[in-house]
Amino acid sequence: MRSPKFLFTAAVFALLALYPLVAGQFGVDLVTKIMIYAIFALSLELLVGSTGLVCFGQAALFGIGAYAAVLLSPESDAANLAWLLPASVLAAAAYALFMGALSLRTKGVYFIMVTLAFAQMAYYVVHDTPLGGGTDGIYLNIKPVLAIGGATLLNLDHAASFYGFTLAMLAGVFGFLALLLRSRFGRALAGIKANEQRMRATGFATYPYKLAAFVISGALAGLAGFLFAVKDGVVNPELMSWHLSGAVLIMIILGGLGHLRGALIGAFAFALLQEFFKSEAVFGAFAKHWHLGLGLSIIACVALLPHGLVGLPAQWRARLTGRTPRGGTGPAQGAQHG
Amino acid sequence: MDLATFLIQCLNSLQYGLLLFLVASGLTLIFGIMGVINLAHGSFYMIGAYMAYALAPVVASTFGGGFFATLFVGLVLAVVLGYVLEWAFFSFLYEREHLQQVLMTYGLILVFEELRSLIVGDDVYGVTAPDWLSGTIPLGEVMTYPVYRLFISGVCLALAVGMWAVFTRTRLGMMIRAGSTNREMVQSLGIDIKFLYRVVFAAGVAIAVLAGMVAAPVSSVYPGMGNQVLIICFVVVVIGGIGSIRGALLAALLIGVVDTFGKVVFPQAAGVLVYVLMALILLWKPDGLFKAG
Repeated sequence: MRSPKFLFTAAVFALLALYPLVAGQFGVDLVTKIMIYAIFALSLELLVGSTGLVCFGQAALFGIGAYAAVLLSPESDAANLAWLLPASVLAAAAYALFMGALSLRTKGVYFIMVTLAFAQMAYYVVHDTPLGGGTDGIYLNIKPVLAIGGATLLNLDHAASFYGFTLAMLAGVFGFLALLLRSRFGRALAGIKANEQRMRATGFATYPYKLAAFVISGALAGLAGFLFAVKDGVVNPELMSWHLSGAVLIMIILGGLGHLRGALIGAFAFALLQEFFKSEAVFGAFAKHWHLGLGLSIIACVALLPHGLVGLPAQWRARLTGRTPRGGTGPAQGAQHG
Repeated sequence: MDLATFLIQCLNSLQYGLLLFLVASGLTLIFGIMGVINLAHGSFYMIGAYMAYALAPVVASTFGGGFFATLFVGLVLAVVLGYVLEWAFFSFLYEREHLQQVLMTYGLILVFEELRSLIVGDDVYGVTAPDWLSGTIPLGEVMTYPVYRLFISGVCLALAVGMWAVFTRTRLGMMIRAGSTNREMVQSLGIDIKFLYRVVFAAGVAIAVLAGMVAAPVSSVYPGMGNQVLIICFVVVVIGGIGSIRGALLAALLIGVVDTFGKVVFPQAAGVLVYVLMALILLWKPDGLFKAG
């Protein structure tokens, strides 16, 4: 249990917990955003990395969580977190149920494109109808609070409280997925990823398993969207665009598929690389061409890291001992999570 | 809608559909034969449009100009680009997972967009059609239709026929079809599959670049134009069935009609119609209209 993987994860969360003590406002804000992306990436990792279903419409579920948070909040009063959060998550899960039930009829690249189609439908609903405020989006005037019997326990308008809340959510989602993947359900998902035909032959009805994974993933994406809406206090259709679905997919591939840590590492690596190449302190006037640096680093990662960033230690070990690294995403490896 | 408007919309949807087919056919080739999900395909279209803008003065000063000279120079450059790209970025990826290729091509999109911004800038440019194609033909009593749009349709149709001929009537086409079915078997029959893949990739890039160059006078040249066309091309490819040129043609024409008439009849819902169409078709036929054999 006390493996290097476990120690790594524990160290990451400890560092994240201590970070606000040393960081300024900008740093806290940035890391809050990255942690939200990490939750979003974890939600997709459950589908792509653990079940082998490449969903290209995850942003719709993220966006529905975000829009639900804003639309359900009262105009001039702070909403209570205790019902607003579950309601937003349920809204995303409901759309995921609809989207998954239909798109799981297809496979492979067709599945990728059908999930995209459902995401684009949601995108055009908020983009072209008055429901979601059109292209300008809508503002969340008063951020939700956690109140019991009139006493406010947690006000998310505070940057520090919001940071703590997001970190707790991230840890909760990580722990939940780690347990889920160790359970019988998680093993079944790993089996579906490795060979769905064989799973069916052994008597598993694979469709309900895949649908359940899709809905859980959608609920978690909705949670990330909720946090994003509360953080910025504004939602717009770009939250549902396929660019975001693509970006989150890139995060988990960059980090390394088949590992929960990969989603965490990928979200941080992607966002920090972006910040690094955008920084005018380092690149001066060239910083506006930050896409170039980001693109080149991604290409270098693909060329040099066949198993993503998460496979880096194994690669180094192999270089030191002169043995070839183990396959990072094969069936034998696919069952190891954490 | 009177008859002349209807006729014009028909011609527009035909032209849009054929142009989509041109871009998507390169994508479905690379996808169906090499198994590479090439997100950078839209960038090749964008590169083509920028070539039409930037090469024209250069070609004019060295070869004395001419629309077809520019197209030819652009095509040669595109084939070289495709050949080099396949060698440098894709040749080592076939053994890896598909998603690694997605990541690679995503990186390439970012690099191409930024290089475009560094070399040409972020402004929108217009490209003028050659004089002998810039006229209009009358339709009915008041309406006219630009000749250049008919020219685009003609080029696309000629290419479609050319591709069909290469695929079904030549030895190269036969090797390509065999290579898409079983890579190892073709290799053991003594065919250089690596070279074949490189040729296919170069051809796919060249077709996308050609589409961009031909479309430039109509669409103008602007940043991000590649990404816009990319997603719609993927829609075409999956509706048609991956790897099927025939399917891509039918799907592209279908989308041309739905999108063009959608914008006229239901302007509020125009954007979503294409995706509704795709979802319906894939729920009805989960492998697209024509599954490549």
